[in-house]
Amino acid sequence: MVRLKGIAASVGIAFGKAYCLDRDEFFIPKRKISYEEISREIYRLEEALIATRKEIVNLQQKISGELGFSEAKIFEAHLLVLEDRVLIEDVIQQIKKRVNVEYAFSQSIKKYIDTLVNIDDEYLKERAADIRDIGKRVLRKLLKKELPQIYDIKEKVVVVAHDLSPAETAVLPKDKIVGFITDIGGSTSHTAILARNLSIPAIVGVEVATQYIKGGESIILDGAEGIVIVNPTERTIKAYQKKFTQIRRATKIIAAPRKLKSQTLDGRKLIVSANIELPEELPLLENFGAEGVGLYRTEYIFLGKSQLPSEEDQFKAYTNVARKVKPHSVIIRTMDIGGDKFLSRPEVPQEFAPFLGWRAIRFCLARPDIFKVQLRAILRASVDKNIKIMFPMISGVDELRRAKMVLEECKKELKKEGKSFDENISVGVMIEVPSAALTADILAKECDFFSIGTNDLIQYSLAVDRANEKVAYLYEPAHPGVLRLIRDVIYVAHSNGIWVGMCGEMAGEALFAFLLVGMGLDEFSMPPPRVPIVKRLINKIKFSEARKIVDPVLNLSTPKEVVRYLNNALKEALKDDFYSIMRG
Amino acid sequence: MERLEQEVVVNNIHGLHARPAAIFVQIANKFDSAVKIERDGEVVDGKSIIAVLSLGIAKGTKIRLILEGNDAKEAASELRKFLEGEGG
Repeated sequence: MVRLKGIAASVGIAFGKAYCLDRDEFFIPKRKISYEEISREIYRLEEALIATRKEIVNLQQKISGELGFSEAKIFEAHLLVLEDRVLIEDVIQQIKKRVNVEYAFSQSIKKYIDTLVNIDDEYLKERAADIRDIGKRVLRKLLKKELPQIYDIKEKVVVVAHDLSPAETAVLPKDKIVGFITDIGGSTSHTAILARNLSIPAIVGVEVATQYIKGGESIILDGAEGIVIVNPTERTIKAYQKKFTQIRRATKIIAAPRKLKSQTLDGRKLIVSANIELPEELPLLENFGAEGVGLYRTEYIFLGKSQLPSEEDQFKAYTNVARKVKPHSVIIRTMDIGGDKFLSRPEVPQEFAPFLGWRAIRFCLARPDIFKVQLRAILRASVDKNIKIMFPMISGVDELRRAKMVLEECKKELKKEGKSFDENISVGVMIEVPSAALTADILAKECDFFSIGTNDLIQYSLAVDRANEKVAYLYEPAHPGVLRLIRDVIYVAHSNGIWVGMCGEMAGEALFAFLLVGMGLDEFSMPPPRVPIVKRLINKIKFSEARKIVDPVLNLSTPKEVVRYLNNALKEALKDDFYSIMRG
Repeated sequence: MERLEQEVVVNNIHGLHARPAAIFVQIANKFDSAVKIERDGEVVDGKSIIAVLSLGIAKGTKIRLILEGNDAKEAASELRKFLEGEGG
């Protein structure tokens, strides 16, 4: 048994096997290049910078989905480094002195890292890690080395690393990770921030962790005390298990004040709920004070399995969620994945644009055998009447009708079998295809609620693939076209007597939440960590004030003008609270 | 062409580190004018995140903004507002 001490970065106690991430230091060759090679080396630099940019944008998207827009902003500084003219100019000057690009780039990066490290400031030292991370990524591109694959983790592990970049943390299979330990870093390092958001215990700055831990050891991690125990004795394990239960009880008490009501100053009641996917995220609902689940993604149940999950498996998963969110409710979105995830290759052609392809409701309607299993499981889990069903990617009322027919068939079958379920289960449409938004009046007459999926609605409306770095800048929630669509959907829904929610990143952004309150949105669903911010915002504004900004905003011409206007309006409305809420 | 020099005391809680530095650089890049920051005689390019970070500006530091270009005035006013605000 070995005890190590580090900096407590994220509370909680974790038990697990050590999993060591290798730190890849690569050898960077130095070579004198000929004059003819100079332009080629500069071209390679540009290529590597573009490729890295694409990689970061992808990661940003991934993180944004998992943790919310504001976490993804961590990478804004990364992107700026990639475009930094001082850095690029410095590299080019070296190349012009006939040095190969790999060496030139590594020298420039090193120079700046050294500058930052030598400033006596903890926060800046952490930033050096960002630049080091960017540097590693670009060098990998130049040297054609790809990121190590760490998806083969099968059991619960404590990840041990010298240092973890936010990007590395992002691609880790979080459902398998119970703790983080790093040699370096402080309580403001990205690992610490991310771990806290995910509610995973973490200890950073252990300094010698990777010397003592080689992988496979049994580990106890006490995130509150900053203590790591390697190969603990039975007695120690027992003692910590006791502490573990005690802490759990205590956190429940702390969570109580978070039960702030989502109500504006002038009394308009709203619902602020959470988007979740994995069952591990359920405790976050209580931690962050979410009022139910506005979007339960069911994809994980189907992915990465060798065979389709049975009705029983699904029933268990949905029942578990429904029970945990009580007294609130959960909106279960039926599977939103492509046919290629299920079927052997020949049946599914390689799609050029999978976002426009055979997926979600389109796939489900084509394969009622698979769809019905899910619907039956959802229905059976609905006995406590706190489950709602939502169909994704509906493009017109025909699809809604067909989906509802399949649902009715399932109800009939269950009745015949004598199985109980919520006969009046709410059925909603996810509004994410522009044609659905434009025919909201038709859809509203045949469903119980809408949930606006802004992430896709924006991509489809603006014809922008966010993963494509050349057009990503066009992805703009504040685009007047997008805002008008949203306003109209809410208006039409209300005139038809149904309520409207939103389950995109936009709902969790204070700036937009303000506008959306004004537009009359009823429910706001977002990544769990965003919930407290939006709840606080709602508690500080008046519905009547928010309403006043809608028309002026919708008459503005550009996203920039919209953002500027909203900023000023919100500043005025929140006064002293503006910065603390905007900072999240 | 306009040239402006202004003394500003940085009031952001984190000084000009990380997010605030990134936001500063983003604002600076919106304008055509050249943006330079001077601190204790050291002058760096205000449109470069690395350069701005390397000054290690903490809250309360006095810096000089040097702006040169057609939109120098607007740039000065917006950057100043950002630096003097409590935000970031």
